[in-house]
Amino acid sequence: MLLFIVFVPIAVALLILAGAPARASAVAASGAVLLATLLAFAGFDGGHAGYQLVTSRLVSADWGIHLAFGIDGLSLIMLLLTSLVTFAAVWFTPSIPEHENAFYACLLLMAGGALGAFASIDLFFFYAFHELALIPTFLLIGIWGTGNRQTAAWKITIYLATGSFILLIGLLLLYRSLPEAARSFDFRLLQKTAGQIPAGMQHHIYLLLLIGFGILISLFPFHTWAPQAYASAPAPAAMLHAGVLKKFGLYGLLRIAIPLLPEGARYWTGLLLVLLLGNIIYVGLVTIAQKRLDWMLGYSSVMHMGYIFLGIAAGNIVGANGAALLMLAHGLSIAVLFAVAGEIRGRTGTLVFSDLGGLAKVMPFAGLVFGLATFAAIGLPGFANFSAEVMVFFGAFHVGADLQHFHAFQVTTVLALWGVVISAVYMLRAYRTIFMGSASEASASATDIGTNLRPPIFLLVGAMLWVGFFPQSLVGRMQGSWRTSFPGK
Amino acid sequence: MQAAVLEISALVLGIFLLLCEAFAGALDKRRLAYGGIFGLGLILLASFFVTAGPLQPDAVGFWSFYAADPLALFFKRFALATTMLVLIMMLESAPRIQSGLGEFFALPIFTCAGLMWMASAIDFVMIFVSLELVTMSFYVLVAYTRRNPVTLEAGVKYLILSALSTGFLVYGITWVFGVTGETSLARVAAAFSQPNLERAPALFGAVLILVGLGFKIAAVPFQIWVADVYQGAPTAVTAYLSVGSKAAGFVVLLRVLSAFFILPQVQRLLVAVAIATLIYGNLAALPQTNLKRLLGYSSIAHAGYLLVGVVSFSGAAVGFYLVSYLLMTLLSFTVLIVVANSAGGEEISDFDGLSKRSPFLALAMMISMLSLAGVPFTAGFFGKFMVFDAAIQQHQTALVVVAVVTVACGFYYYLKVIRAMYWESPARAAPIAFSQLSRVTMTGLMIAIITLGVYPQPILRALSDASHPVTAQR
Repeated sequence: MLLFIVFVPIAVALLILAGAPARASAVAASGAVLLATLLAFAGFDGGHAGYQLVTSRLVSADWGIHLAFGIDGLSLIMLLLTSLVTFAAVWFTPSIPEHENAFYACLLLMAGGALGAFASIDLFFFYAFHELALIPTFLLIGIWGTGNRQTAAWKITIYLATGSFILLIGLLLLYRSLPEAARSFDFRLLQKTAGQIPAGMQHHIYLLLLIGFGILISLFPFHTWAPQAYASAPAPAAMLHAGVLKKFGLYGLLRIAIPLLPEGARYWTGLLLVLLLGNIIYVGLVTIAQKRLDWMLGYSSVMHMGYIFLGIAAGNIVGANGAALLMLAHGLSIAVLFAVAGEIRGRTGTLVFSDLGGLAKVMPFAGLVFGLATFAAIGLPGFANFSAEVMVFFGAFHVGADLQHFHAFQVTTVLALWGVVISAVYMLRAYRTIFMGSASEASASATDIGTNLRPPIFLLVGAMLWVGFFPQSLVGRMQGSWRTSFPGK
Repeated sequence: MQAAVLEISALVLGIFLLLCEAFAGALDKRRLAYGGIFGLGLILLASFFVTAGPLQPDAVGFWSFYAADPLALFFKRFALATTMLVLIMMLESAPRIQSGLGEFFALPIFTCAGLMWMASAIDFVMIFVSLELVTMSFYVLVAYTRRNPVTLEAGVKYLILSALSTGFLVYGITWVFGVTGETSLARVAAAFSQPNLERAPALFGAVLILVGLGFKIAAVPFQIWVADVYQGAPTAVTAYLSVGSKAAGFVVLLRVLSAFFILPQVQRLLVAVAIATLIYGNLAALPQTNLKRLLGYSSIAHAGYLLVGVVSFSGAAVGFYLVSYLLMTLLSFTVLIVVANSAGGEEISDFDGLSKRSPFLALAMMISMLSLAGVPFTAGFFGKFMVFDAAIQQHQTALVVVAVVTVACGFYYYLKVIRAMYWESPARAAPIAFSQLSRVTMTGLMIAIITLGVYPQPILRALSDASHPVTAQR
C-alpha cells in the first residue's frame, strides 16, 4: 500500500516525461494516491502504538539503511494532507503553453518526494525523499513562474539546500552520538534510544536540527525565501510547497527532535519561543503591509508556522495534537487560497490590491471560496484551523502554569493570541479590497471559476469543515504516536 | 593469477596498438580505439580472477614494493573503467584531432598501466616511477592539439608545473630516505615511530612529498595549473586528468599518509589544506562562464571533499567518493564533448536551451550536475554523506562547517548549467548528432549514478575489505 502511494507519483512522472498524456495521467495518478490514502486512513487502527503497514527492503547492510515505509497517526495525517493537496494542485493546473509534460512531471515528483518523506521510517530515506522535491521546485519556479522568478528560484534553492545540509549534519551527529549498539537509521529502533545521548551533546544536535528544519519551515529569521518564492511560483507549485513540503520540517521536529532529544528541546525552549513570536508578531505585521495578494499569502503562510511551532514547543500531547492538526488545516486553507489567487491572476492579469475590486460580482464562486478559506485562515470556529489552534493555545498555556504567575509560556501564548487579530486584519482587508466595492478596470471583464475546476475546491473545503467539526477522527488516530513520543504525559 | 599480470597485459596491449598503428598503414584509426576498449574490457574481466592478499610486511624483492591488496585491486579496476570511458570520449572528439590519431588512442593505455601500478605501489621508488609513467603520457596528451594556442599554453604549463612538482617529490623522498634509510612505506612508518627519530628533517621530507602529491590532486595552494590546463587540453584528456590522475594521487596519498600520520603536524597541515581547497575551489567556480573551467574549479572543490575523507582516515569514504566522482565527471565531460562538437564552444551559454535541442543530453547533464552538487538519490550525495559522516566521527568541526557552507555554493554554480539548459531559449534549433556508442555510455553512466545513489551496497562491499589502508599498516 505505502509503496504504491509513494512510487505511483514518481513512476507516473517518469512515464509522463517519456511521453504519456500529461494531464490525464497526472490526474489519474493523484486520484489513485488519494484513494489509496483514504483506504489506509479507513483501515488504520488508532489504538495500536507503533507503525502500521510496514514494508522494508535492505539497501545497505554496511550502513543498516532500509528502504522502509510505515505509518502511525502523525504520518497518516501528513499523507492525507499531501494526497489531498496534490490532487487539487494537479487538477488546478491551468493549460501550460510550453513543456506541459515536464510541468506535470515536476508536480508529481514534488508530491512523490513529500509522500516518501512522510511515509519513510528510515532516517536516510526520510531525508533523501524530501530533497527529491527540491529540484522540481527550482524548475517549476524558474521556468513557469511569474514576476522576478529567477531570483526567487535561486533564493529558495540555495536556502533549502543549505538548510538540508545543516540538517544532514545534525542527523549524522545524532546517529554518531548514540551508543554503538543503539545506532540505527530505523525510526522504530531510534525511538527506544530516547535520552541515551548525553545532555551536552543533545544541546548541539537540537540546535542544528532546529536551524536545519527551521530554514525548511521558514522559521523567523530564516523565512525570507518563502514569500518571494510563493509569489513567483505557479499556483499549483505554491499550493504544494506552502501546503505540504514546508510541513516536512515540522514533521521532522515532532518525529525526531522532540522525542529523541528531550533535554536539547528543553534547553532551547526560550530561543524557540522568541523566534516563533518573531514569526507570529513580526511577520504578521509585515503581512499587513503587503500590497499584493500573492506576497500577502506568502507572508501569511510564514506567519502561521509560528502557531505550529508553539504547539511543538509546548511539548505535551494537547500541543502536539494541535500542531499536527494545524499542519493539516493550514495546508488545506493555504492551498485553497493560492488556488483562488492563481485563478484571479489568470483572469485579471494582476494581484495588486489597488488594481482589484468588486470581484464578487463577476466571480461569485471564487468570492465564496476565498471567503471560506479566509475564515478558516483566521481561525473561525467550524473550520479545521479553529480546533487546531484551540488545542495549540491550551497546550501551550498549560505548560508550567500556576495560579499566581504567568511564566514564559503563558506570556508567549497571550502574545501569540494577538496573532489571530493580526491575521484577521490582513485577511479581511484583502477580502474587502478584492471582492467588495466597485469593480475595477481589471476586474470587470473577469469570468468566474468554471464548474470543471470546482471539485477539488469542494474537496479541500469539505476536508477543512470535517476536521473542524470532527477533530476526534484524527486525534484519536494519533494517540498511538504520542504514547512513544511523550511517555507519561 | 598474479595481480601484476594486469599491468603487463595493459602494457602489451598499448605496444600492440602502437605497432598496428605503425605497420598497418591503411587502417581506420578508430579501430584502434575499439581494440583498446575491448582489450581493457578483457583485462577488467580478468581482474576479477586475480587473487588479492593482504599486505606482506616482510616481503622481499618485487613484492616489497608491489602490493596486491584489495585496495590496489579496487583502484586497478577503477583505472581500467576510467580509461575505457575516456577512449569512448576520445572517439567522439576524434574529428578535432588533426594528426596522429593512432597514438592518441594508444597513449591512454600506457597511462592506464601507470595508474594501475600506482595503485599497487608501496615503495617510494615504485611510486615515483609509476607516477612518472602517468605524467609523461599526460605531457603528450594534454598538448595533443598543439596547433591551437590555448592547448599549447596548457601543455607548457602542465609540463613545467608537473616537472616542478616531481622535483619536490624526489627531493622529499631523498630527505625521508636520508632520515630513515628506507624507501619502503612500511619500513619508513616503522622508522618514524622510533623514539630517537630526528623529527625536523623527517617532517621536512614528508611535507615536500605532500607538496608533490598536492600538485597531482590539485589541492590548494598547488592548484594554479588546473583552470588553464583543463580548459586548454582536449576535453577527453581533461576528463582523464580530472578523474584518473586525481584518483591515483589519492591512492598514493592514502598509502603515504599511513606512514606520515605518525607525525601529528601532518594531520593539522592537511586539515588546513582541505579547508583552503574547499573554499578556493567552490568560490572560484562561482563566477565561471566557461563550462570546462567551471568543471576544473569544481574538481578542485571535490578534491577538498576527498581530502576531508582522507584526514578523517576513511578509506571507504574516499573510495566511494572517487567512484561517484568518476561517474558524474565522465558523464558531464561526455555531454560537453558532444555539445561542443555541435556548438563549437564550451561556454555555458552554448548549453542554452539544450532541453529543446536534445532532451536526452539535457537530462544526462542535469543528472551529472545534480550528482556533483550532492542531491539525494544520486551517487554524489552518498559520497558526501559518507565523507561528512567520517568527519563527524573524527570531530572535525571546522571541516564540517566549511564543507556545509561550500556545498551550498556548489548548488549555485551547478544549477547555473541546469538553468541554461532548461530556462534559456536556444540560439539554434538544430538537433545534436552523436554516436550510438556515446548514447549507450551516457545511459549506462546515468543508470549507475542513480543506482548507486539508491543502492550503494555493491561498492560499499567492494570497499569494505579495502577500507582501512591507513590503519592496516600501523
